[in-house]
Amino acid sequence: MLKLNQLTKRYATGDLALKAVDVEIPKGQVVALIGPSGAGKSTLIRCINRLVEPTSGGVDLNGKELTKLGSGALRQARRRMGMIFQEYALVERLTVMENVLSGRLGYVGFWRSFLRRYPQSAVDEAFRLLERVGLDHMADKRADELSGGQRQRVGIARALIQDPELLLVDEPTASLDPKTSRQIMRLICELCAERDLAAIINIHDVALAQMFVQRVIGLRFGEVVYDGPPNELTPDTLTQIYGEEDWEATIEKVDEEEVVTPEEGAVA
Amino acid sequence: MSATLSAPRKWRKPPLIKNPFLRWSLLLGSLAYLLLAVGSLEVNWSRVYEGLDRGGRFILAFTHPDFISRWSDIYDGMMESVIMTITSTAAGIIISIPIGLGAARNIAPLPVYIICRGIIAVSRALHEIIVAILMVAIFGFGPLAGFITLSFATIGFLSKLLAEDIEDTDRSQAEAIKATGAAWLQWINYGIQPQVMPRLIGLSMYRLDINFRESAILGLVGAGGIGATLNTAFDRYEFDTAAAIIIIIITIVMCLEYLSGVIRAKVQ
Amino acid sequence: MAVSTDKSGQKVWRLSDRNAQLARWFAWFVAVAVIMYCWQTISEQTTWFFVMDAPNIAGDIASRAMPPKWPYINELWEPLWDTINIATIGTLLSLFLAVPVAFLAARNTTPHKYLCRWPALLIIVSSRSINSLIWALLLVAIIGPGIFAGTIAIALRSIGFCAKLLYEAIEEIDEKQVEAIKATGASPWQVMAYGIVPQIMPSFAGITVFRWDINIRESTVLGLVGAGGIGLQMQASLNVLAWPQVSLILLVIFAAVILSEMVSAKVRGAII
Repeated sequence: MLKLNQLTKRYATGDLALKAVDVEIPKGQVVALIGPSGAGKSTLIRCINRLVEPTSGGVDLNGKELTKLGSGALRQARRRMGMIFQEYALVERLTVMENVLSGRLGYVGFWRSFLRRYPQSAVDEAFRLLERVGLDHMADKRADELSGGQRQRVGIARALIQDPELLLVDEPTASLDPKTSRQIMRLICELCAERDLAAIINIHDVALAQMFVQRVIGLRFGEVVYDGPPNELTPDTLTQIYGEEDWEATIEKVDEEEVVTPEEGAVA
Repeated sequence: MSATLSAPRKWRKPPLIKNPFLRWSLLLGSLAYLLLAVGSLEVNWSRVYEGLDRGGRFILAFTHPDFISRWSDIYDGMMESVIMTITSTAAGIIISIPIGLGAARNIAPLPVYIICRGIIAVSRALHEIIVAILMVAIFGFGPLAGFITLSFATIGFLSKLLAEDIEDTDRSQAEAIKATGAAWLQWINYGIQPQVMPRLIGLSMYRLDINFRESAILGLVGAGGIGATLNTAFDRYEFDTAAAIIIIIITIVMCLEYLSGVIRAKVQ
Repeated sequence: MAVSTDKSGQKVWRLSDRNAQLARWFAWFVAVAVIMYCWQTISEQTTWFFVMDAPNIAGDIASRAMPPKWPYINELWEPLWDTINIATIGTLLSLFLAVPVAFLAARNTTPHKYLCRWPALLIIVSSRSINSLIWALLLVAIIGPGIFAGTIAIALRSIGFCAKLLYEAIEEIDEKQVEAIKATGASPWQVMAYGIVPQIMPSFAGITVFRWDINIRESTVLGLVGAGGIGLQMQASLNVLAWPQVSLILLVIFAAVILSEMVSAKVRGAII
């Protein structure tokens, strides 16, 4: 469904952030993108929806070449790619409901969005999503009154109301405590399964990634150095991705945690 | 999506002011005020229409400013403005430091605090030109009146901001110095001064800029500076000379702003 | 910081080394010399004999000005009302121009780095450099004396101030929120309305009230050049040396300024 062809990004400073990356992701697959800071993870997912303009190479979404689109067509393509951010990136001075509805901006005209007169179907869907992420009683609260986990749930609802086929998730748990991190990861993965969405999740926490995803891609210095199932990550491959370190503890931790988690599923 | 398809829920952006009575009366009140205020403007449109021609000539004058024919007046006026600016800023800084110390509640005893705040309030409430009128009446025409006026205005500005800055300083640093057994002046020198110095320098530069701009109007009431020349130029409709003066003022202000930017970046 | 070793082999600590110290002393020397020169120039143009007499003159004026002529206040209500209107309408008018100029001047929203940003910055600096009294002087010469000239003068002067503070606020916004709105496929205007405007709203309101407060102060003196407001009464009183009236006018101005400052502090407190 999504296919990256020799995707390359060189910043104006001369840094080569992505070196001819080739990746293909089928419908409904959740992929974790791991790698050290500065490996190009953020650049990669931003090149897909062209928040960062790729230097060369192609991004093919369902047979449509995104890198060639003009600004109007790009906006239409962006509607089908929901994005979830590190530190949530909610518009803090707007209410929860306005933040969720802002996911429909690509579908409504300017005046409609300016006057907050969204179609009833969008409002219904927004309420349904807020209920699904457990925040329907917060609809009229301002976003900056929420806790970190709650904000990220609003961010998820905003991405999903776009009716996407693909989720681009940038460090969703970076500023959350371990328990909330798991709840958020679980929520994202459950929602992807419910709606048969593909997702690319940038994540630092290798153990957490291994717990939830079907496939792991390791990025180092802008190159793919690992691509495979999570359980085949060995200390050697981690060394290859991150550099020298004692990895045994990380991997062991996964096994322990796998046992503890299941009952935490209910969203508070 | 879940099966809980509830009845359609309406959503409206929550209003800024909750109480509808208050909201509407505020809105109607401001509308009524605006209508009254605009009504009292009494624009004499025929006079304005006549003026458009003169306005056009004034704007055109900027394409051929006349620096030459009144150059000696312009030069004298500018020099006087610059001289007043420099001396009054220097004097203002020297006087406003003790007053600023006195107006900071965390280091000054209450009687001193009240007196210093009083001086600041008077200096800030009276517009420079009013002070200048009084000073001209007392000290006679000439730059001395302008110098005193600008120094007085500088005191109100700098002391207030300095005092607020001192009140915002980190208490623990000052406490640590006190704990070493430092005398009062040593305490100020080591505990307070390093914390407020960069901003004090920045504010002084900013005030230099303001003083120059203000010195351009003091001439209107005979307190020295370029204002008198400018006033004469307007009175005689010599727009090209006026344009030349205004261009010089803008250039000097731009230079001062650039200089203060450099200095502020350096002391940070 | 400099650590050196003196003749006896002792380590010596100084805050700065010798050259830096010399440079600093030299800079102070130049500064003091310049200030002294400037002061001398002022001194030459001053008749010190008059200045010696200043305390007497001041006392004389004070004794004439006291007590203020209270009944005169009935003639001040209307000019006071005009003064407030000049400030308020002037501030509102300036916002209409300041907002677009600010968006053109901010690095992250300007459509073009040179073609749009530089003209916007030039508008800002010109408007800021020229005092509202000079604008008033100019407008009185062009469209004749009156409240209208004063209002426009206040508006012209405020554009630069408001636009400068506003564009700094725009440059400080959180780009991630903007990015998030862009990622939903929003059009540029929608990005503006959802990503940028909510973030700058508090500073916008704060700047408006702040400038309104300053404008009240400025509009009290516009009358001196014929541009309406309470300054007209002051000019008239000064011309006939009616000091009791002048002192009353000064008291009224003082009260108006303090009141407006209180209002603006309250409103700003409520916004933030």
